[in-house]
Amino acid sequence: MNSPEPYPSSDPVGKLVEELHRLPGIGPKTAQRLAYHLIRMGDEHSRALADAILAVKQRIILCSACANITETDPCRLCQDSVRDRTRICVVEEPMDVPALERTGAYSGLYHVLHGAISPMNGIRPEDIKIALLLERLKGSEVTEVILATNPNLEGEATSMYLHGLISPLGIKVTRPARGLPVGGDLEYADEVTLGRALEGRQEF
Amino acid sequence: MPRPKTYNTEGIVLKHMRLGEADRIITLYTPDRGKVRAVVKGARRAKSRKGGFLQPLTHVRVSIAEGRTLDQVVEAETVASFRAVREDLALVSTGLYLADLVDGFSADGAVNPSEFRLLVNALGALESAERPEQLARYFETRLLGVAGFGPELRQCVDCGEELSAGDHAFSCASGGLVGPECRSGTDGALLHVSMNAIKVLRFFQAADFPQVLDLPLTERLIQDLRRVLGTYITHVLEREPRSAEFMHLVSSG
Repeated sequence: MNSPEPYPSSDPVGKLVEELHRLPGIGPKTAQRLAYHLIRMGDEHSRALADAILAVKQRIILCSACANITETDPCRLCQDSVRDRTRICVVEEPMDVPALERTGAYSGLYHVLHGAISPMNGIRPEDIKIALLLERLKGSEVTEVILATNPNLEGEATSMYLHGLISPLGIKVTRPARGLPVGGDLEYADEVTLGRALEGRQEF
Repeated sequence: MPRPKTYNTEGIVLKHMRLGEADRIITLYTPDRGKVRAVVKGARRAKSRKGGFLQPLTHVRVSIAEGRTLDQVVEAETVASFRAVREDLALVSTGLYLADLVDGFSADGAVNPSEFRLLVNALGALESAERPEQLARYFETRLLGVAGFGPELRQCVDCGEELSAGDHAFSCASGGLVGPECRSGTDGALLHVSMNAIKVLRFFQAADFPQVLDLPLTERLIQDLRRVLGTYITHVLEREPRSAEFMHLVSSG
């Protein structure tokens, strides 16, 4: 027998628990704990949280050039005159952009695909921002496209597909090296990673 | 007797799905347990010890711990990574289609070692396949056979009469060819199949990998086979395999 729900979703507390439960990584117990915390929280804090959520939903749009999430169009990175406009780094998700920015090793522009081609999950090339990228490359000053999709099967398939479309435009297509993670043990590396790391070895 | 808490098996990774922040659920096709689903903790982290081993289309040996709701992969090592397949777009899109078919044709809990062998052999052959489309048609024919849906190509499915050489009609509902006399009395749509296509299908049913890949089939014949087999598979599965569209897109482009 299922025990009755402590809070029906018509009830304000029940509604809050239900909405929190929708968030990734939040189970029913965590949702309840967060709800109780919000109830006890001061007025100004809960208002600030509610405003922040609304502001994100109302003000965040996709950059018309690179499809990254932004408040201004074009986005901050696309507007930045210091950045190298001859390079575009293609990534799967907006979260990949800050990850690459933190390396400090790249000063070009980005393009966010919002996913990867995944035939078995029914995600087709037209379901991600490929057309926008090709449009952007036509007649542009871009000389190199770096395909930084995830190094898994879907990411690699997406990169191969993009390579087939971009290289006929006379633009150099590159991808980040595959190699050994810093801090890892050699014996635990899988064959493909280890093989590619050896192929991509560099002189000391 | 209580069941053991962990077990060892081998299998081909058919697909994977994201789970939570950094985990994945993989679907493994094994010779001794059929389709197995298991969680790979931390598979999406760059330093994962298991993520690299458990990409789709990899043949792996694994230790799996049984859980209350979901089993979990505790150890993994590669038997064959079929690297040449994953580094070519036409080959990888074909490989994913083969895996998708196996996923579609195997019910949870159904054990079929011949289906496993067929997939392993097909991925191995795909690595050096110059005509992946031809390999896909062969795989479709053989998979239908080992899954128990092998098309009847020698006798009329309606009257049982031995069929003479010539063009015939294929009935998806009955899973085989229909002779000229029975055509009008058969329910459902019939597909026209050329004599040459029938000959190839019969050859596929009995042949093995090296032979099959050497057969010089014309583009038109392969397309003819694709139409018949594709329609029949969609009929059996009651849906079109999702990965078919991308494979056709890649092979036509």
